[in-house]
Amino acid sequence: MNGERGANKEALFVSGHRACHGCGLALAVRHILKATGPDVIVVTPTGCLETFSSPYGYSPWRVPWIHHLFENAPAVASGIAAALSAQKRNNVRVVVIGGDGSTFDIGFGALSGMLERGDDVLYICTDNGAYMNTGGQRSGATPTYSSTTTHPVGRKSMGKPQLKKDLPAIVADHGTPYVATASVAYLKDLRKKVEKAMTYHGPRYIQIDTPCPSGWGFSSELALEIGRLGVNCGLVPLFEMENGSLTRVRKIRKKLQVTEYLKAQSRFKHLLQEDGSEYLKELQEIADQNIAKYALITSS
Amino acid sequence: MKITIGGVVKGGTSLAYKTGSWRDQRPLIDLDLCKACGICEEVCPDNSVYAEDEIYYIDYEYCKGCGLCAHECPVDAIEMVLEEK
Amino acid sequence: MLEQTMSNVKVVEGSEAVALAVKGCRPEVISAYPISPQTHIVEWLARMMANGEMDTEYVRVESEFSAASVISGSSAAGSRSYTASSSQGLLLMTEVLYCSAGMRLPFVITGVNRALSAPITIQIDHQDTISLRDSGVIQFYVESSQEVYDTHIAAFKIAEDPQILLPVMVCMDGWILTHSYERINFIEQEKIDSFLPPFRPANFLDVNNPKAWGSYSEENVLMEFKYSVQQAMQYGKKRITEIFAELARITGRDHGGLIEAYRTEDAEVILLAMGSVVGTIKEAVDELRSIGKKVGLVKIRCYRPFPHEDIWEAIKAAKVVAVMDANFSMGSEGALGMDLKSKLCGMRDTPLVFDFIAGLGGREINVKTVRRIVEKAEEMLNKGLPLSESYWVDLNPEILP
Repeated sequence: MNGERGANKEALFVSGHRACHGCGLALAVRHILKATGPDVIVVTPTGCLETFSSPYGYSPWRVPWIHHLFENAPAVASGIAAALSAQKRNNVRVVVIGGDGSTFDIGFGALSGMLERGDDVLYICTDNGAYMNTGGQRSGATPTYSSTTTHPVGRKSMGKPQLKKDLPAIVADHGTPYVATASVAYLKDLRKKVEKAMTYHGPRYIQIDTPCPSGWGFSSELALEIGRLGVNCGLVPLFEMENGSLTRVRKIRKKLQVTEYLKAQSRFKHLLQEDGSEYLKELQEIADQNIAKYALITSS
Repeated sequence: MKITIGGVVKGGTSLAYKTGSWRDQRPLIDLDLCKACGICEEVCPDNSVYAEDEIYYIDYEYCKGCGLCAHECPVDAIEMVLEEK
Repeated sequence: MLEQTMSNVKVVEGSEAVALAVKGCRPEVISAYPISPQTHIVEWLARMMANGEMDTEYVRVESEFSAASVISGSSAAGSRSYTASSSQGLLLMTEVLYCSAGMRLPFVITGVNRALSAPITIQIDHQDTISLRDSGVIQFYVESSQEVYDTHIAAFKIAEDPQILLPVMVCMDGWILTHSYERINFIEQEKIDSFLPPFRPANFLDVNNPKAWGSYSEENVLMEFKYSVQQAMQYGKKRITEIFAELARITGRDHGGLIEAYRTEDAEVILLAMGSVVGTIKEAVDELRSIGKKVGLVKIRCYRPFPHEDIWEAIKAAKVVAVMDANFSMGSEGALGMDLKSKLCGMRDTPLVFDFIAGLGGREINVKTVRRIVEKAEEMLNKGLPLSESYWVDLNPEILP
C-alpha cells in the first residue's frame, strides 16, 4: 500500500506535492477539498499552487483539475460552469483556488466579469500577500509597509506605501451572495466557510490568509502561529458577508498589539528599528480600524 | 514515460514522488504523551500524519520535516530530531 | 443528384450565414464580446437565443481574453464551443489560443479579418489572423459567404477529430463578407447531425475519472509536446482534405481541398492569394486568359497547416508565382511569401516567387490591380530580377513623410 496508507487513502489532495516546508497554502488546499468533497472541478491559475502541484506526471489532485493561464481562471471557470449546465451535470460544482497576484491584480477583470454575470463558481483566493512563485514581488494584496523584492526597504523606502486592496468589499459590491475571509490558523472555521459557500449558488468568494514561511520570513513550524497573530491583532479580520451584509465575525478574545505580529516576520523587521515607530503607529491604526469596522471585540 | 495528448495526466500520481528526502528534521511522536487529539494530522501541509486505531504515525516517505505538527501539539508529544543521513 | 428545395436557399447577410452554420452545429457553449466587424455574428446568435431557437449556454464576457478563456474551459469540460472576434480582439486572445492549442482544447473561432492598430481603423486586411499563425490554431480562409457557411460546419468536425484536437479559426474578410448579402444554400439539420455527431472527447473534466490538465513541464518533455502539435497539423492535412470532401459529397458544393487551383494547368504566371480577394482575382484571370495570357490562381483555403505539397503540384510548371499578401511582417516581408519561399528553397527548377503587399487597411484591389501585379511579375521575370523586398502595390510615395 505504498503511499496509499493513512491520510492519502481518502484524501483529494495527496502527498508528493512540492510545496515548501510548512506551506500555509498547501494546508489550505487540503482543507478546502475536505469541505467541498469530491464532486468539484478545480481551476488554478498560474502561481505557487500550480507550480508545486503539477510537475508533469505527478499530480496530487484527486479531483479533476485544470490550469490554463495566470489571468483567466475566473473565465475558464465560467466556461466549465456553462458546460456543466449545458450537460446537466448538476451535481458537479466549480471551484477556483488562486493566489493573490492572479486574483487581486492580473485576473481582476476576469474575476469582476465572472461575479457580475453571477456564474456558479466558488472563487477561493489563497492570499500570501505577494507574488511568491516568482520570488516575493509586491501585489495589490501586499500589506502596507511590507518589504517585497519590487518594493524593498532602503534608505528612501519603508516597503509598500499603499493600503492592501479591500477585495472582499469590492467582491461584495458586485452583489456576490457569499463573501468570507478565513485563515489557515483556524482550520475548522475555514472548512465551515467553504461548506457554507457550497450551499449557495452563483458566485461566491473566500479569501484565505495563507502564511508563507519563505516569503514572509519565519521558520516553517510557525505558519499557524503567525496566522493566529495576524488575526488577533486585527490586521487579518475574519468575517462573513451574506447578500451584502456582515453576518458573522470571528471575535478577538485577547487583543494583541500589531508589533507582536510584525516582529515575528522578516518582511516587517525594518519597522521595529528606531525610525519605524511612526509607521508602526499607522499599522496599529489600520488594525484598530478593522477592529472597529468589523466589531472584532465584544465590548464588555 | 510516454507523453499524452495535451498533457492530460491521471490524478493522485504525485505519490510516486517521495518528498521525505527533503527532510532534515524528523518528527518523533511520544505515544505515552500523545492524547490522540488529531491536531498534528490536521495541520500537516503534506498529508503525512495519519492514525490507525487512534494511534498516530508519521509517514516518513512524504514528511518534509517542517515541524508544524510538533509546534502545534498541545501536549508537546512530538519532538523534532536531527535527521541522520 | 442533390435535391435542392427553395426552403434551404435564402439570401442572408454573411454574418447571419455564420450564425446559422454555428446554430446547425449545436454548440453547447458560446462566448460573445463585441468588436467590429465581427459583432453581427454574435448578435445574430443572441437573437436566436432570445427567440428560443437555440439550446446553448451563451456567456456574455467582459473581454475577448475571457471569450477565448470561457470556451477553453467549456471545451475541457467536454462541450462543443464557439466564439468570434476581430483584429485587436484576436490579439487579446493570443495568449489563450497558444495555450489551448498546446492543451489540445478544440473549439471554433470565426476570425473576422480587420487591420491592426496603429493607426486604429476598422478597414480590413489579414494582419490580425496572420499574427496567430504560429499558435497551433488551424486556420482556414474563405472567399464567399457560401464557403464560410460550409467551412464552419467542417471546422467543428476537424477541431474535434480525436487525433487533431486543436482550435480551428475560420477567417473571413470583414465588411466584404460579414455585411454583404449573398444567396446561401443551407444544409438540412439532419444532414448536419449525421455529418457532425455530438462532441464526446475521450478526456474531459470528469469527477468520476479525475485527471489534471495544464501541468508544468520541463526540458525532458516540452519538445515532444510541441512536436505532437506539429504531428496533429501534419495528420490534419490529410484529415481536413477528407472532411472537406465528405461535406462536398453531402452538399454537392466542392470548394476544393487545402487549396483550390484555378486555371493553373499550363499557366506561366500564377497568383497565390486567400480571402475574399480571390473572387476578383478569378475575374482578372478569366480576362487575361481571354486575351491569351497564361495566368492562373492558387487559392489557399487552409493556411495552417500550410499545404506546400498541394501548392507545389499546382505551381511547379509555372515560371513565376506572384504572391498577394494582405499582411506584412515589419522588417521582413509578407507571410505567404515567406511560407512559400521557405518551402521552395533548396528545390530544383522552382518558379520565381515575388511577394506583393496588397490591400492593407482596406486599400482597394480590383481587376486592374491584379492585372498590374501580373504585369509587374512578368516584367521582373523578363529582367530576371529576383525581388529582395516585397513590392507594395499602389503605395503612394507622394504622401510618405
